[in-house]
Amino acid sequence: MSDPRLGAPPGTLAASWIVARKDLAIEFRTRTAFLSALVFALLGVTIFYFAWDVTAVAAADLAPGVLWVIFTFAGLLGLQRSFGSELADRAIDGLLGAPISREAIYLGKALANLVFVSGILAVTIPAVVLFYNLPLGAGIGALAGIAALAAVGLVAVGTLFSAMAVNTRMAELLLPMLSLPFFVPIVMGAAQSSARLMAGRPIAEAWPWLRILVAFDIVFVTACTLAFPYTLDE
Amino acid sequence: MTPTPVLKAEGLVRSFGGRRAVDSVSFTLQGGDCLALFGPNGAGKTTLLRLIAGLLAPGQGTVHVNGVSLKEGAAARAQVGLVSHASMLYGALTVRENVELAARLYGLADPAGAALAALALMRVDDRAGAPARTLSRGLQQRVSIARAMVHAPRLLLCDEPYTGLDDAGSAALTEVLTERREAGAALLLVTHNLTEGLALATQAAIMRRGRFVRHEARELLDPSAYQSQYRELAAVHE
Amino acid sequence: MTSASAPLSVARPRRDPLLGVAILAVALVYVRALAFTPIEARQGAAQKILYIHATSAFIALYVAFALMAVASILYLWLKDEKLDRVAESAAEVGLAFTTVVLLTGPLWGKTIWGAWWTWDARLTSTLFLWFLIVAYSLLRGAVEERGRRARYSAVLGILAALLVPFIHLSVYLFRTLHPMPILLKPSAPSMPAEMQVTFFSAFFAFLLLFAALLRARYRIATLRDLVANREQEHAA
Repeated sequence: MSDPRLGAPPGTLAASWIVARKDLAIEFRTRTAFLSALVFALLGVTIFYFAWDVTAVAAADLAPGVLWVIFTFAGLLGLQRSFGSELADRAIDGLLGAPISREAIYLGKALANLVFVSGILAVTIPAVVLFYNLPLGAGIGALAGIAALAAVGLVAVGTLFSAMAVNTRMAELLLPMLSLPFFVPIVMGAAQSSARLMAGRPIAEAWPWLRILVAFDIVFVTACTLAFPYTLDE
Repeated sequence: MTPTPVLKAEGLVRSFGGRRAVDSVSFTLQGGDCLALFGPNGAGKTTLLRLIAGLLAPGQGTVHVNGVSLKEGAAARAQVGLVSHASMLYGALTVRENVELAARLYGLADPAGAALAALALMRVDDRAGAPARTLSRGLQQRVSIARAMVHAPRLLLCDEPYTGLDDAGSAALTEVLTERREAGAALLLVTHNLTEGLALATQAAIMRRGRFVRHEARELLDPSAYQSQYRELAAVHE
Repeated sequence: MTSASAPLSVARPRRDPLLGVAILAVALVYVRALAFTPIEARQGAAQKILYIHATSAFIALYVAFALMAVASILYLWLKDEKLDRVAESAAEVGLAFTTVVLLTGPLWGKTIWGAWWTWDARLTSTLFLWFLIVAYSLLRGAVEERGRRARYSAVLGILAALLVPFIHLSVYLFRTLHPMPILLKPSAPSMPAEMQVTFFSAFFAFLLLFAALLRARYRIATLRDLVANREQEHAA
C-alpha cells in the first residue's frame, strides 16, 4: 500500500550527510559568518604579532600558541551560528519529524561545522606560516594532521553546546563559557605538539600530546553524539 | 477484519511541570478518515499534534502509525506529514530547496521531481527559485503544506493550516486534502474555523483542558447546532 | 495571592544539628592543628594551611564533583527531580570548597615558594574545576524551564566529569611543581603520626561540613521547587 515513490528513509550516515549539505548550503548562500570568522582570525594573528617584542621572542616560537588560540575563538564564531537557523521558524521540527535519527542531526551539524572550521584553518595556517616566518618543510604535513585532530575535537564539543546555548537567554556568552574549558586540552595538545614538530624535534616528544588529542577526540565525539538527544525538548 | 488503522492513539498523557496538557486521549483513525479537532486556546491541541508527530514523547500512552509504535524508532515517522503554526522553512534556502530537503529526508527516489510536483499542487511552483524568506506569509504557508506532503504521507497532521491563506491558497489546500483523503490517507485537522473543519471531516472532536469532551462521527451532528454547542463548551473556564 | 488550598506543610526551619556538629568539629581540628600538631621542618608554620587546603581540594573533586557527576548520570537515566537537586547542591557547595582551595593555595605558595601563583599542576587543575562549576551554575541560571534546565545541567555534568582526567593529564604533562603527594604514597606515608591524625581528623571534619552544607542547600532547592509547583497549579 505504500507509495512507490517512497524509497527507504536514509540511515544515520546518509541522513547526516543530507543535514550537513543543507547547513553548508545555507552558509554558502550568505557567507557572512565564514567571512567574519576568517577576517577575525587573520586580524587576530596580525595583532598578536605586534603585541610581542619580536626581538625578545622569535616569531616562529610564538606561532603555535597564536595559531591555536586564534583558531579556538574563530571556531567559536562559527559555532555560534550553528543552530540559529533551526530555531527561526522552528525548522528543527522538520528535522525531528523526519524519519532520521537524532544522532544524524548532531553528526550532520558537526560535519558542517567541521567543514567551516577547516576552511578557516586552510587560510589561517598559511597566514601564520607567512607572517611568523615559519620554516616550510615536512612539518606542514604534521601541522595539517594536528589541525584535523584539533578541529574534530572543537567541533564535537562546540556543536553540542551550541545546541544547548541557542535555547537560552545568553547564548553568545554561554557558548564560550561552556566550551572554553573543554578546548583547553585541545589547545594544549595542538600547541605543544606542533611547537615541538615545527622546531624539528623528534616525534617522540610530541607523541604524548598527540595521544591526548586523539583520546580526547574519541571520547568526546562518542559522548557528545550520545548526549545530543538529551538536549532536545522531547 | 478491520485493516490496520493509520493512527491509533491510546491513553496519551503529557505534562509540563505539574500541569497535564494532554490528559488521557485515545482515538483511532482509519484510511480516509478526517478528524476535525476544535477547542479553545491552551486546550492541548498543538501538544497532541506534536505527540503524534513524534516531536514530543508522551509521559504515558502510545502512538501507533500504520501499526508501528513511534517508540520503535525513526522509521515510524516516515508516513507522517506535519503542517504546524510555524513555517518550518529555512529562510535562506529557496522554496524548491526546502521541499527537496524534505523529500531527501524521507528517502524519496526523485527528490527534485517530487518537490516540484508538490509545489505545483499548492500553486506555488512559480516561486520555486526564490529564497523562502522573500515570500509572503501566505505563500510560505503554501510551501509548508507542499513540504508536508511531498512524501505522500498516510497520516497528515495539520495545525490551523488555513491560517494566512488567500482564496486561491485555501482552494488548493482543500483540493489537496481531499485528494489525500481519497487516496486512503488519514487527516487530523486542528482548526478554529468550524465551517472549514466540518467540510472535510468524517469525525469531529472538541478538546478542552487536555481531554476530548466531545467526539463523534460527522454524519451524526448538525452543523448549526454544533456551532452554538461549541461556543458554549469552549467559552466556559479556559 | 490568597489561596484556598492547604498551606505548604513543611517543618519550621530549625537548626540542622549536623551543621552544628560539623562546625564544632572543624573548630576542634583547628585547635589541634595549630596548638597540638608539630610544625613541619621544611615549610614552617605555613604548612598548617595544608590541613584546610588539601582537604578542601580532595573533597571538592572527589566528593562534591563526583557526586554532581553521578547525580547527573542517574538523572538522565531515572528522570527523578531529586537527583537534579542533589547535583545542583553538590555543585554549589563544591564551588565554595574549590574557592577555598584557590584562596589558600596562593597564600601557601607565597610563603613557601615566594610567588603567589606558579601554575603548578594541582592548583591549575583546581582552577579549571572552578571554571567548570561556574559554567555549570551559569548554565542553570540561563535556562528557565525546569525540565530543560535539569537535562542540560546533567549533560554538562557528565561531560565535565569526562573532561577532568584530560585536564589533569594535560596540566601534569605541562608542568609539575607541586610537592610530591605525601599522604597517598603506596608505602607508608612519610609524615609523623601526629600530623597524619590531624590530617585525617581535618578530612573527617570537612566532610561533615560538606554534608551539612549539602543538606541545607538541598532543602532550599526542594522548597524553591515546591513553591514553583504551587505557582504553576494556581496559574493553570
